[in-house]
Amino acid sequence: MADTPITIREALSAALREEMRRDERVFIMGEEVGVWGGTYAVTRGFLDEFGAKRVRDTPISEMVIAGAATGAAMYGLRPIAEIMTINFAFLALDAIINHAAKVRYMFNGQFTVPLVIRTTTGGGKQLGATHSHAPEVIFAHFPGLYVGIPSTAYDAKGMLKAAIRDDNPVMFVEHSTMLQRRSEVPDDDDFVLPIGKSDVKREGDDVTIVTFGKGVEWSIKAAEMLEKDGIQAEIVDLRWLRPLDLEPVYESFKKTNRCVIVEESLPMFNVGAEVAAKLQENMFDYMDAPIKRVAAMDQPLPYSRDLELMALPSAEKVVAAVKELV
Amino acid sequence: MATPNKETLLDWYRQMVLIRRFEERCAELYQEGLIGGFLHLYIGQEATGVGAVSALTEKDHIITAYRDHGLALARGLDPNAIMAEMLGKRTGVSGGKGGSMHLANRDLHFWGGYGIVGGHLPLAAGIALSIQYQDLDEVVLAFMGDGATNIGYFHESLNLSAVWDLPVVWLIENNQYGMGTAVDRASGATELVRRAMAYSSENGRGMKMGPRLDGMDVQAVHDGISEAVEYARKNGPILVESLTYRLEGHSMGDPQRYRTKEEVESYVASGPIGRFRKVLTEKYKNIESRLDEIDAQMLQVVDDAVEFARNSDDPTYEDLISHVYVD
Repeated sequence: MADTPITIREALSAALREEMRRDERVFIMGEEVGVWGGTYAVTRGFLDEFGAKRVRDTPISEMVIAGAATGAAMYGLRPIAEIMTINFAFLALDAIINHAAKVRYMFNGQFTVPLVIRTTTGGGKQLGATHSHAPEVIFAHFPGLYVGIPSTAYDAKGMLKAAIRDDNPVMFVEHSTMLQRRSEVPDDDDFVLPIGKSDVKREGDDVTIVTFGKGVEWSIKAAEMLEKDGIQAEIVDLRWLRPLDLEPVYESFKKTNRCVIVEESLPMFNVGAEVAAKLQENMFDYMDAPIKRVAAMDQPLPYSRDLELMALPSAEKVVAAVKELV
Repeated sequence: MATPNKETLLDWYRQMVLIRRFEERCAELYQEGLIGGFLHLYIGQEATGVGAVSALTEKDHIITAYRDHGLALARGLDPNAIMAEMLGKRTGVSGGKGGSMHLANRDLHFWGGYGIVGGHLPLAAGIALSIQYQDLDEVVLAFMGDGATNIGYFHESLNLSAVWDLPVVWLIENNQYGMGTAVDRASGATELVRRAMAYSSENGRGMKMGPRLDGMDVQAVHDGISEAVEYARKNGPILVESLTYRLEGHSMGDPQRYRTKEEVESYVASGPIGRFRKVLTEKYKNIESRLDEIDAQMLQVVDDAVEFARNSDDPTYEDLISHVYVD
């Protein structure tokens, strides 16, 4: 049964299950991954299939979840550490940035850290300021780490399997409001997508939209609205913030000469800032208009539904940004 | 427990003298500007390091914080390669990319010195988890300073090791000060080993509270850690404290306003090397000349290490950019 539409949640589950069946060294540790079945139900049934040795519930201790997983990776295992939400990963920044990402370099290649840290990102669920961050760009700042964020079930499965098989530490970021999105996914144990490859999600000649994660959803909706006005948007899904693959962006920009970067991050020092800088460095001769950015408002997210939506990006905001350029 | 033979005792003496001479030379090289960054000397703590490391097999594991030269030497890392690391040379144990605080040798299961207080404690738990997962007969000996017992990493790592019965000996090298803050100004529990009670139950589950050792007595440390290692091998985590004293500042350039000269002098008088020398001369007749010979040899080893380091190549641009990722 090939290419059945499945959800991102199912794709993540399948990727984890297949890789755990494939390699005994792969195991999962984190809060509520076992008996509970994962707070987003991604690891439901795993405890029964793989047992408590390989599906390990931990205390609520993000520093040691990330740090012990790093140590286990250094000594021959291939851990998948789950940090329930990326907001809690702030507690583990030292373990992730100073240790997981640095021990290989600092000790001149003596250590290898084949580690995946899975976590969920994003606002839009009325959880207030501390529980609603989309800060994956922070992790992309640091060499030594890879940072991936899928926007479809197809990507989720192929990217997560690649992350698990890779020998470098990977922050694998899943958007908590997109887990039910469906797409066709190859039913193949060796379906793996390369790390650090962007993907054109929609073709068009008038404007290049560079985005990732939830931004892909807003951008596709915006493109459909723009099409009614005769504007064809090309959408490049970065998929990986590190390694950052801008070749498809450059190729698209040569054709459109206009670019909008769409992301849920805060507006200062974000992915848009990086991409815009790279475009002016490398594509200056192709530039026909200022590069626009659509991001969250520069302030904490509120609880109240309407206010929260006001502060987040949207398809309408993407449409408005594009219309300033074309 | 088997009583160590004469050659073993002499080897402990040799290691302690090597560490002392090595550290004295590092201080000089730092003053000359040949060593950069931070430099944390192990002077005064030699008995703890040598006694504890001697309790391990080759398969067991060591991990520590940034005061790591002494433990690296005790574990048998090449003094030449350690000194080369101090001087930032490509022949250094970490290729000149780690420096004084970041010595490691994976083949010797010496997992490194780490510069962030407490940052290595979860790594120790993870290495122990891998041992348990693979059903290996190995133990992790995780050193930390007294200051590390107040950081969140300590709590989370010790608790996880207790929940999962991980084979770790957690060893607090209590040298009385976390930088310049005395233990009783930083910790609610001044007998730091009592922290084990927070991770243990009345029925014996969880962390074992180990002994408070005389960390200036190499034999006492060896015996205490040997028992702790056997406990950890069979049962799970144990917390041990070694009472020691650092005779130099926290790092180079420490004005030491937090303690008196008299206090330091009192520990110099009872320093671990002189004390062990006395034990040996009382135990074995006519051993003085043998000890003097070792003293001279260790001076030569350090001279040779400096010579090796000075004559080694500097790292290259290729070294600068290598090992950020696995290719």
